[in-house]
Amino acid sequence: MRRYSAFAIAREALRFHKGWERAWRSPEPKPRYDVVIVGAGGHGLATAYYLGKNHGITNVAVIEKGWLGGGNTGRNTTIIRSNYLQDPSAAIYEKARSLYETMSQDLNYNVMFSPRGVMMLAQTEHEKRGYLRTAHANALQGVATEFIGPERVKELCPIIETSGPRYPVLGALWQPRGGTARHDAVAWGYARACSDMGMDIIQQCAVTGVRSQDGKVVGVDTTKGPIDCGKLALVVAGHSSALADMAGFRLPIESVSLQAMVSEPIKPCMDVVVMANTVHGYMSQSDKGEMVIGGGTDGFNNYTQRGSFHHIEETVRALVETFPMISRLKMLRQWGGIVDMTGDRSPLLSKTPLGNCFVNCGWGTGGFKAIPGSGWAMAELVARGEPGALAAPFSIDRFREGRFIDESVAAGVAH
Amino acid sequence: MLILTCPYCGVAADETELAPGGEAHLRRAGPAAGEAEFEAYMFHRANPRGVHFERWRHAFGCGKWFHAARCTMTLEVFGTYSAQCTAPPAAIFKAILASRPDWTPTPGQPEPPKPAARARKSAAKPVAKGKAKAKTPTAPAAKPAKADAKGKGDAT
Ligand SMILES: Cc1cc2nc3c(=O)[nH]c(=O)nc-3n(C[C@H](O)[C@H](O)[C@H](O)COP(=O)(O)OP(=O)(O)OC[C@H]3O[C@@H](n4cnc5c(N)ncnc54)[C@H](O)[C@@H]3O)c2cc1C
Ligand SMILES: [Zn+2]
Repeated sequence: MRRYSAFAIAREALRFHKGWERAWRSPEPKPRYDVVIVGAGGHGLATAYYLGKNHGITNVAVIEKGWLGGGNTGRNTTIIRSNYLQDPSAAIYEKARSLYETMSQDLNYNVMFSPRGVMMLAQTEHEKRGYLRTAHANALQGVATEFIGPERVKELCPIIETSGPRYPVLGALWQPRGGTARHDAVAWGYARACSDMGMDIIQQCAVTGVRSQDGKVVGVDTTKGPIDCGKLALVVAGHSSALADMAGFRLPIESVSLQAMVSEPIKPCMDVVVMANTVHGYMSQSDKGEMVIGGGTDGFNNYTQRGSFHHIEETVRALVETFPMISRLKMLRQWGGIVDMTGDRSPLLSKTPLGNCFVNCGWGTGGFKAIPGSGWAMAELVARGEPGALAAPFSIDRFREGRFIDESVAAGVAH
Repeated sequence: MLILTCPYCGVAADETELAPGGEAHLRRAGPAAGEAEFEAYMFHRANPRGVHFERWRHAFGCGKWFHAARCTMTLEVFGTYSAQCTAPPAAIFKAILASRPDWTPTPGQPEPPKPAARARKSAAKPVAKGKAKAKTPTAPAAKPAKADAKGKGDAT
């Protein structure tokens, strides 16, 4: 792999950019791999990357039915934060956030991580109390957050209407080292690094069945033929129930559509991420100047990657009240992604009833921020066959044992 | 926009007039049930790519709960029916099979009343599935791959 650098740009400029190589190979599948990962989203690719980097396992295939990063990884609003309430969440999300800080250097790929700061507005007394509690929890967890008052909110983001009649801003939970990153670049950067380690990323290839013998997985069937494997990792977000069905077990997951949209580009007007959970809207400005806006989830099972129209109106209404200056903005695009919701709104990183088969899913509406931490923990689980400290609390057993990691209370909406 | 016809008042209601109530026909685990049964009842969901049985409430209408059978891939509605039943009526299964002849229930979903000719035709699949459904973690030896009867033509 040729490294990207300022020098490389100069070199290529002198020879009409003819020397850039493909970022990753697109090989035909081999008959067998030590590890097969289903799903080339951020979590699947990060799992592959850390399998190679941390555990020296490189006979790995990542199988993707569409194109890599074409699932939720390429559809999200890219908010990165780690201000969760429960300790297991703080541990894995903060691990991920800290890995984002050095990801561009680590992957030699500019993922445009921008720790511009994330504020979650408190617009009711209850929400304020909740965030005060989270700020205290974060202090104990070693996650740098603070509760700030409305004056500071206005100072950090002047375009917010802080004294609205119905939901005045009472303060905010502020994480200065939260922010955003370029979502495609995260997938592409991992894919390039995995391919460089000799791993095969096989796109346009759907897994259609899971083969097992004596209670252990032995391979998968795909639209490009059967592939044998020693271990199997299912990392397919909204499609996890379908893959679990193939593997013969059930999951505590329901898939719904979550929407987002972007506006026409405008001049820089906000340099922080703002989430307004009571009125349900959140917004940041991309480097191109578009306002990136997250919408609502449907209340019913849905695989259409579209989402219900009325959520657009609700989201826009909430944001126009919070940011009156955007009332005349035109929206450019709207889309949906299929998010995998668990009962306690926390993910699953777990062994399964099928031997040597592991799942990583349930990140729901908020897993982009977790990609490197999740890949790190999942690689450990797959390599050793047992979870490490980061993954252990997120096993499937917790639903049977009543050991929930309840984040749905911590954040009405979790992105 | 999803439109469901309320089987009680007959109104064709937009989804904004309705409140979704999740998967239908879950069998409540009894007091003697073990942890695994409670787990399945409380948390395991069929979550199929395709035919889904679900509960809805005509919240901003007559206020009644009812059932619907709907495709989660296309939002096609196969029919709505009374809340006063523990399994979908035969007419609903008929409507489903008319539109999705290859449909077989996902583990956890109600089975069509008379599996007669249809199930025998595709005996391999339900057998593999039936075994897989068992709570013991052991999967059947060299389990045949499940054909992708559903989930064709996924939107990207
Ligand atoms: C609109 C929206 C906004 C969001 N905003 C945020 C946010 O601001 N911050 C945040 O942290 N998170 C956010 N999220 C959540 C985040 O996007 C996801 O949690 C995360 O991207 C999941 O990554 P993944 O790799 O698990 O899944 P995906 O990226 O969806 O990858 C799964 C892959 O598996 C493939 N696949 C499925 N079935 C098969 C099969 N049978 N065979 C082969 N391949 C298969 C799919 O094609 C897909 O590419 C948002 C999500 C959405 C939809
Ligand atoms: Zn009615």
